Amino acid sequence: MLHDAWLIARKDLKLEIRSRVALNQVVPFALLVLVLFAFALDPDRGLLEKATPGLYWIAVLFSGLLAMQRSFAVEAADGVTDALRLSGLVPAGIYLGKTLSVAVQLLVLEMLLGVGVAVLYGTSITGWLLLLATIVVATAAISTAGTLFGVVAAGLRVRETLLPLLLLPVLAPVLIGATRAFEAALSGTPSEGWPWVGLMSVFAAVYVVAGIFGFGPLMEES
Amino acid sequence: MTTETAGPFGASDSGPTSTGSRTTMILGIVTLVALGVLVLFGLILSPADENQGDAVRIMYVHVPSATLSYVGCFLTAIGSAVFLWRKSRWWDLVAYASAEVAALFTAFTLVTGMLWGRPTWGVFWVWDARLTSEAMLMLLLLGYLAVRGIAADYGVRAKRAAIVGLLLVPNVFIVRQSVQWWRTLHQTPTLSLSGAEIQGLMLFSLFTGFIAITLSFIWMVIHRFRVAWLEEQVDAEGLDTAIAERRAEGVVL
Amino acid sequence: MEPDHPTSRSGTEPVVHLRGAVALLGRFPALAGVDLDVDRRRIVLLRGANGAGKTTLLRALAGLVPISAGEAIVLGVDLRVDRQSVRHRVGLLAHGTGLYDELSVADNVRFWTLAAGAVLADAESAMIRLGLDGRLSDVSVGRLSTGQRRRTSLACLIARRPELWLLDEPHAGLDKEGRDVVDELVRDAAAAGATIILSSHELDRAIDLADEIVTLGGGVALDDSGAGGDGHVA
Repeated sequence: MLHDAWLIARKDLKLEIRSRVALNQVVPFALLVLVLFAFALDPDRGLLEKATPGLYWIAVLFSGLLAMQRSFAVEAADGVTDALRLSGLVPAGIYLGKTLSVAVQLLVLEMLLGVGVAVLYGTSITGWLLLLATIVVATAAISTAGTLFGVVAAGLRVRETLLPLLLLPVLAPVLIGATRAFEAALSGTPSEGWPWVGLMSVFAAVYVVAGIFGFGPLMEES
Repeated sequence: MTTETAGPFGASDSGPTSTGSRTTMILGIVTLVALGVLVLFGLILSPADENQGDAVRIMYVHVPSATLSYVGCFLTAIGSAVFLWRKSRWWDLVAYASAEVAALFTAFTLVTGMLWGRPTWGVFWVWDARLTSEAMLMLLLLGYLAVRGIAADYGVRAKRAAIVGLLLVPNVFIVRQSVQWWRTLHQTPTLSLSGAEIQGLMLFSLFTGFIAITLSFIWMVIHRFRVAWLEEQVDAEGLDTAIAERRAEGVVL
Repeated sequence: MEPDHPTSRSGTEPVVHLRGAVALLGRFPALAGVDLDVDRRRIVLLRGANGAGKTTLLRALAGLVPISAGEAIVLGVDLRVDRQSVRHRVGLLAHGTGLYDELSVADNVRFWTLAAGAVLADAESAMIRLGLDGRLSDVSVGRLSTGQRRRTSLACLIARRPELWLLDEPHAGLDKEGRDVVDELVRDAAAAGATIILSSHELDRAIDLADEIVTLGGGVALDDSGAGGDGHVA
């Protein structure tokens, strides 16, 4: 299973490096969202800095959604779905591999967005330990759930509209948790943030299990 | 894991042959009587509340329907689980029927909650933990129903819906937990009958409300299920004809 | 129509054994009761008009399309019970290429080879066999011509060393040289112990290649070719 996961993750990341879609489209989109927030909210009244945690995670969710759509668009191409089913790869391995590649892309995106808010919104960054823990756990939660719902929507004509409808309500607790944890870290009260990290870990654990068992049936007859 | 005991046309489970039966008709009549009793006690015989005034009467339908929206959601998860386990079309349609009725009850809960909030808090919506959870439940159910509505083979649709349906329960728990923590940081009133102890006729009205609303819920789920079942049967008819027609294509050659 | 005791059954099990196999695409019975027996090392040509059920039959044999009625045993596996375990033992060349457009030829062949549990050396020799080594190996599949993609898909297939080859129009989109390569691969595979079922519109070429011909029409194997082992050509 882990061998298959590694094979899939390596293939996905190689594909992203070669095609540069993530770099040329998803990253600029994420930065664009940051700029749009500045237009929507008055940048002079400290609103942006105050709202940084929420805006940051909204930007991560929306640009992450593009990365997840892309992750499954790649597998929908010209007979690839059938080839995957015939490949002999274990579905659980495919799930973990795709989750891993989405997670790596999200982490890169989150680093760049972190630099983005520090520079554009003038947010001073403190509480590194909690910030990093939040990023790791929230990324795990988003990519595990995103990959599972990605395959639920995969292969359907309505997949572009269905995935956000399914995924965003499910990820609402992650948005709340990651935002509160960031607020706690930035305001120097990290003890308020750790319960959220715990909640998001539970979330990620639930989805890893669901994905490992659910991916096989979901890959059929799509 | 993915083998079908019966093909998409096969009816291995037995099910209803019409939308109603004697039992459902009796159940319907009992439900109507219970709703009548609720109207009598809820709107006429029970007194107005000291603090909330007549708005308290909304509670007699709001609280039961909120409870049943969660019951429906659990029923959907159970139906989905049994479907995934036993490939039972019967349970798949139970999941579908309860999700639809649960969505209706969730919407009703939200509307009554807002109607109660307007006279009580002066606004239709506050970011109350329970109200927000209910709204999230609505969105999760809409997601499930969207999967039910996709244009795909029965097998594909049912399987994908079942996974989403099964995940409704952990999702609801995590959403409720997160919303609760989120709101307790900021103190806000919760939508409840706090303050004065409810008793006497008011308690009885609430009790009647639970019975009447639960009966309505059961009646609706049964009917929705029967209609869904019959729809599937209509789809399943005519396999023999279809095969004969298909074979005839070959003879023309 | 019902030769229940195929003559060739003594000793070795047939690689493919279908009796009244029905496969539904939605509500449409694409296969409406197919009878088919194929023994090991045979090369079988499926022919029939468009829509006769050739593609569905090949996909069903690969374990991709569920069989909803009848008997279906492929490589000793009952497809009505288990469609998974047969999959990594067959090689399907379908209409779709099954390739990632944004990866290079070599990356594609290596990925599918490793996925099937074979080793990298198999990928390299498959690419050499199909003339994909050298300059072409580093080109993205999206930039290839139809024929070159076909060759890449074939390379992925032979690197997997399947026991049962299912080729849907293998000659389509290839030039004469490419078609010769396909025929050679098929003959070598049969000689090495594999079984091949192919559909083709290049009937002259395919009839030479095949040991047996099965004509499909209206989702069934038509009588003239015989459903059992009695459709020998040569």
